[in-house]
Amino acid sequence: MKTTDISAPEYFHKVVDCQWACPAHTPVPEYIRLISAGRYSDAYMINWKSNVFPGILGRTCDRPCEPACRRVRVEDEPVAICRLKRVAADYKDDITARLPQPAKIKNGKKIALVGGGPASLTVARDLAPLGYQCTVFDGDPKAGGMIRTQIPKFRLPDSVIDEECGYILGLGVEFRGGTRIDSMKALLAQDYDAIFVGSGAPRGRDLDIPGRKEAAANIHIGIDWLSSVSFGHINKISRRVVVLGGGNTAMDCCRSARRLGGEQVDVVVRSGFEEMKASPWEKEDAQHEGIPIHNYLVPTEFTHANGKLTGITFEKVKAEKDEKGRRKLVPSGEPDQHFECDDVLVAVGQENAFPWIENDCGIEFDQWHMPKVDPVTFRSTHPKVFFGGDAAFGPKNIIWAVAHGHEAAVSIDKMLNGEDIADRPQPAVEVMSQKMGIHEWSYDNEIALDQRYKVPLRDKVIALKDIKAEVELGFDQKLGFKEAGRCLNCDVQTVFTSSLCIECDACVDICPMDCITFTPNGEEMDLRRRLTAPSINLTQDLYVQDGLKTGRVMVKDEDVCLHCGLCAERCPTGAWDMQKFFIDMTHAGTKCRPPRRSAA
Amino acid sequence: MTYLAKPKFHHPDLPKNALGFTHRDYEGTVSTLCAGCGHDSITASIIQACFELSIEPHRVAKISGIGCSSKTPTYFLGNSHGFNSVHGRMPSVLTGANLANRDLIYLGVSGDGDSASIGLGQFAHCLRRGVNMVYIVENNGVYGLTKGQFSATADRGSKSKRGFVNTDNSIDLAAMALQLGASFVARSFSGDKHQLVPIIKAAIAHRGAAFIDIISPCVAFNNHPGSTKSFDFVREHNEAVNRLDFISSRMPIEIDYQPGTVEIVTQHDGSRLALRKIGADYDPTDRTAAMGFLQQQAAKGQIVTGLLYVHPDSEDLHAHLRTAEAPLNSLGEKDLCPGSAVLDKINAGLR
Repeated sequence: MKTTDISAPEYFHKVVDCQWACPAHTPVPEYIRLISAGRYSDAYMINWKSNVFPGILGRTCDRPCEPACRRVRVEDEPVAICRLKRVAADYKDDITARLPQPAKIKNGKKIALVGGGPASLTVARDLAPLGYQCTVFDGDPKAGGMIRTQIPKFRLPDSVIDEECGYILGLGVEFRGGTRIDSMKALLAQDYDAIFVGSGAPRGRDLDIPGRKEAAANIHIGIDWLSSVSFGHINKISRRVVVLGGGNTAMDCCRSARRLGGEQVDVVVRSGFEEMKASPWEKEDAQHEGIPIHNYLVPTEFTHANGKLTGITFEKVKAEKDEKGRRKLVPSGEPDQHFECDDVLVAVGQENAFPWIENDCGIEFDQWHMPKVDPVTFRSTHPKVFFGGDAAFGPKNIIWAVAHGHEAAVSIDKMLNGEDIADRPQPAVEVMSQKMGIHEWSYDNEIALDQRYKVPLRDKVIALKDIKAEVELGFDQKLGFKEAGRCLNCDVQTVFTSSLCIECDACVDICPMDCITFTPNGEEMDLRRRLTAPSINLTQDLYVQDGLKTGRVMVKDEDVCLHCGLCAERCPTGAWDMQKFFIDMTHAGTKCRPPRRSAA
Repeated sequence: MTYLAKPKFHHPDLPKNALGFTHRDYEGTVSTLCAGCGHDSITASIIQACFELSIEPHRVAKISGIGCSSKTPTYFLGNSHGFNSVHGRMPSVLTGANLANRDLIYLGVSGDGDSASIGLGQFAHCLRRGVNMVYIVENNGVYGLTKGQFSATADRGSKSKRGFVNTDNSIDLAAMALQLGASFVARSFSGDKHQLVPIIKAAIAHRGAAFIDIISPCVAFNNHPGSTKSFDFVREHNEAVNRLDFISSRMPIEIDYQPGTVEIVTQHDGSRLALRKIGADYDPTDRTAAMGFLQQQAAKGQIVTGLLYVHPDSEDLHAHLRTAEAPLNSLGEKDLCPGSAVLDKINAGLR
């Protein structure tokens, strides 16, 4: 193998599994260390810069970082990264003085943002301080989009949404609530220099089976129902409720129903429990509240009498693999099952809908009626129109919308400065030794054996009575400190300098995970077979350095390295050093544009 | 050294031996020696050898004297018996322990100061008697704990860290062991675990006095140009006479070696030593030839390593003395007080 080029920003970035997995590349270990140090405001600001909504995401994020966490491969359970973000948000001081100031001098460029959700707000956050005049349009009276309408208040209180949307609107962003954009043509005709569409995936999929029309009064589309609950238009539901669907919306529906009078609430999914789209912790939360989840049942008919819903009939199915190895649901042959109920919530998926974008305004759509959007620049086929969030590539999560927003803002900023938007800015990277003394490092390198701490919950009886009572109480400072101690500091990298190495094997002997091997070089698969410990996780890189006196190479398997620094402590010559890798994604602003040559 | 305990976490796919242990289960507490010390690599090799042999930790007794080397038993086999004895007196304590309980595996761990200076007499007599043990000398050529004076194994003409030249002749412990009748003599290098681990395994399986001289660079005081015990010097002058594969009696023998290149030596317990020859046509069962070869190569400045000598049918001290076959702690009152009739018989035999 070739000697590893650690100057390429991706190499060490991939070692920080959580940050690499996060669409917005939030510097997770950095903010967790700040939480350990009690520096909640600093931890919050690192999050705020990167993911814009720390308090909101600290309660609702889909956490792509957690399954990626190295701790999963080392013991079992990841660090509770998401809930630690909430700790930063809960215990920070007033951070308003640290926020960017509204631009004193406007640059004269006007941006229209369609939809007031996370994608649009991120674009506005990035562009407004630069002097852009940003106007956000939303059909709802308050900013937040799906964050406000679809996430139940017992998971995310309004106060948190108000606070974090307020930080953005306070940057001089104009918010026009209650203003639904009905025509892209009309919008294009106005003098906006760029338009960003962040209108989400606002249409809940319906279920067209017999009885749908007749029993319509008691059949509700999940996201519309949640939205009505959110705005207080609906405040009760019947005693027996069936929720159809296995995603996170279904989990929000059943738990909301439980609080609005639903005593017997059942969730029914077509496929297996394991295959449900809902996050495992959301399924757990629903079950914790006494909501059974029934699987392998396909709805075939809404039963009704005298214009009133009486229940739903389901066909029992089982999963089989066809000749091509694809998983298919086939009738199991057992008799149909009937669930009696008074109300049904249909949460079987969401769709994009752009009835307001005219066919002839220059924005092309693909065969699935989705706009053709460049996945890097987020530009549509119209040079001035950009898409992001669910509106761009279908339903995903808030953190994806934020990531899209940052990139779209970079594109808009570059475009309006006359630059090629396909030329993307590099991240800023800093690598710095953490050595303080002979066995002293500027990070806590002792490995905590603690198992993942559980977030305290509000008493179930009280929680189920009030739809606005937040169920999760969040970690207190003590628990937050303990959980933060579980982080392995994967951003503190093991950096090897061959010219200093005397090949004494001290690092090989001390490494608790047997990550390090000195061996003759070879091709990757050959090398992996010859390492000290089995090397079977091919998604994790081998760190290879040549230039040793014996002609061998140093090979370190990054897979389960604890970043404990013992290799560096035991190294007599300083060939190993622990260096903190900090990667800062480049957002809109002067940094994203290459320096211009001066006129002289 | 490090102040931290080694984290308990280990690689999730570590291999396990016949007892269900990983190599991590054979560790002791974390080393307090200088970072990069060769002794720590020897510690790791002993751990690896015991792991691979699936030795039950409670069947091992680690005995040592004084010095950096003699601290190392703390760092391996944390669940075994241990005795950190007086300077240079490890061989006596080991002999006594061995006589009392012949069922344990005895690891004598010593250094060049402990064995070649203050304990030279003890070293000699212990080997001469054929005590069943593995006698390891972690040989770095200096007194590390007292800041690097030449030890008795430092080569004449080698330079200290401060530039002094050694004018005394050196003691070659492996050559002495051969002369004194050790039935297993090897030399190895802490920086070459591929050579060292099988040698330790073979020595543990050997009946009788097994001696291993392990050159172990002192990173703090003897790893500079002019030293003959530095990593660089040993790597440049290392002349391995053979490569050893240890095959325990429980394993089927699978040989895919070229005919004529391997010599198989079977030890008393049925274990086999497959010796791949390197370079010179070296016969590890010829003691006098081994002694001569060692002298010739030493004169050329070469360090001969590998399994230098093995006596496959060796005996040990218990056989010489015709001692009781069971450990003393297992003898009951009947064995210890066989009655006046037996006493009379003994007395009659002495008249």
